[in-house]
Amino acid sequence: MRNLWAIYTKELRSYFVSPVAYVIAGVFLFLSGYLFRNILMQFNFWCIQFSQRAQFMQGGMPNLNLNEMVVTQFFGVMDFIWLLVVPMLTMRLLAEEKKNGTMELLMTSPISTVEILLGKFFACLTLYMTIVALTLVYCGILELYGDPDWGPIWSAYLGYLLLGGTFIGVGMLASSVTENQIVAVLLAFGALLTLWLIDWSASFAGPTAAKVLQYLSIIQHLQDFQRGVIDTSDVVFYLSFIFFSLFVTTRVLESRRWRR
Amino acid sequence: MIEVDQLSKEYGDVTAVDGVSFRAERGQILGFLGPNGAGKTTTMRMLTCYLPPSAGTASVDGYDVVDESMEVRRRIGYLPESPPVYMDMTVDAYLGFVARIKGVPTNQMRARIDETMEKTGVAHVRSNVIGHLSKGYRQRVGLAQALVHNPSVLILDEPTVGLDPKQIIEIREVIKSLRGEHTIVLSTHILPEVSMTCEKVVIISQGRIVGEGSPESLTAQLKESDVLHAQVLGPVEAVGEALRSIDGVLDARQEGDDSQADSWVISVTPGQDVRDAVSRAIIDGGFSLRELRSQDMSLEDIFLRLTTEETTV
Repeated sequence: MRNLWAIYTKELRSYFVSPVAYVIAGVFLFLSGYLFRNILMQFNFWCIQFSQRAQFMQGGMPNLNLNEMVVTQFFGVMDFIWLLVVPMLTMRLLAEEKKNGTMELLMTSPISTVEILLGKFFACLTLYMTIVALTLVYCGILELYGDPDWGPIWSAYLGYLLLGGTFIGVGMLASSVTENQIVAVLLAFGALLTLWLIDWSASFAGPTAAKVLQYLSIIQHLQDFQRGVIDTSDVVFYLSFIFFSLFVTTRVLESRRWRR
Repeated sequence: MIEVDQLSKEYGDVTAVDGVSFRAERGQILGFLGPNGAGKTTTMRMLTCYLPPSAGTASVDGYDVVDESMEVRRRIGYLPESPPVYMDMTVDAYLGFVARIKGVPTNQMRARIDETMEKTGVAHVRSNVIGHLSKGYRQRVGLAQALVHNPSVLILDEPTVGLDPKQIIEIREVIKSLRGEHTIVLSTHILPEVSMTCEKVVIISQGRIVGEGSPESLTAQLKESDVLHAQVLGPVEAVGEALRSIDGVLDARQEGDDSQADSWVISVTPGQDVRDAVSRAIIDGGFSLRELRSQDMSLEDIFLRLTTEETTV
């Protein structure tokens, strides 16, 4: 536990002493802020249009739902930005240690591979969740001028925690197989995009294969969270995905012990 | 204490280390000497539990490097060839991190770090970022990292490589000051380093041990021919002719460049004192003898001889 904490603080520190954390947070907030503004303007536009036409409408105003039309929309585009950003957070985690030779220090210290990986995993997850939490400001704006339902918002954030863990798991695996950070980032992109789009091919597959492919899609499972549904099977999916990717990463790191 | 028994490492078809055995007693400095690619780093990596051996065993303070890896790791300090430092950390933060993962108790940490920085002479740069330090200081920080948990065994892979002469001397002084407290294994391909710092030398070439002993005993044990140095004034060819014709002289050749054309190196069958015969031959030939002395083989000669012989086998 003490070792894990040492790795965790070291990793987190190195994110914040380099410009990485600030640049990523800045770029992410700029993009998400831009998207949020446009989604909000669109909603505003509809509200005005409908209220002007309300007098001609039979049966009153259609239901303009703030959660469905703004919150869900916004969270729906945010996950794609994270797919692009998380590999940049994870690329250095192991590749850099290998390149600098510091992996030799870690591996010859009385500390287990699992402790190293978990320390790094949680450090990256902490940075990720910190940036994600900054988007609460947008929800605060909604609260100020509207009346959003907070249930689905919190469940969406839980979904983001699990999705982030999954992204980081895959990113760390990519970072463990190479010394080159560019290779690591590209491998992570490739893997995540494949998992993202995998349910597309479900439409052309047999009934069983379609189910499997759909189940593997990392984004399908998020949609429930964004609608305010916390389904155990989705939670289990993400947790098992995280476990699996971290497990494979430990095997990769320890492979030098048995690889010839 | 380190015991290595028939240790081997194969990478695919390549045998990097082939049946190496040696011992280092407590408090001893053992020099691991060999050309580049001889298997020094691989051997050290096996000792530090970074790589598993393909065959054979190694133990540190009685703990096996494979079966009791965590115990071994607690007892060793390891400085790889390039110091394993984080460029964005300060010296203080870095040593704090290493002390924690090496399992130094929290209440002793401050004292251990201060003592180590004092020993390795980095105390005055403690709040500097490692990336801004010179190569020499990074090496010292690397050494401090290996010492911070006060290990009984220190393993140093080419600790002076890439440093300037002044820094080399300083690092050597630090290493010598650690003698007695720690068992030290240091690898190098620089010969004077071994004779200056080590009590025991293991010479390794192409993965095998080709010589072992104290620097002095190695010189004695492996002397296959004695060498005489002579300064002779006279025509080169005639002098060479005269020297080579003496019974017991194996070869005679000129030493160095033209300015020392009168310096000769004479190889002699060991155990035979031919100095009288040589001086007589020179005088009888009508040349003048300025100097005649016998010379022991330097470690460098042994090293070259051993490692080149090995390649011709």
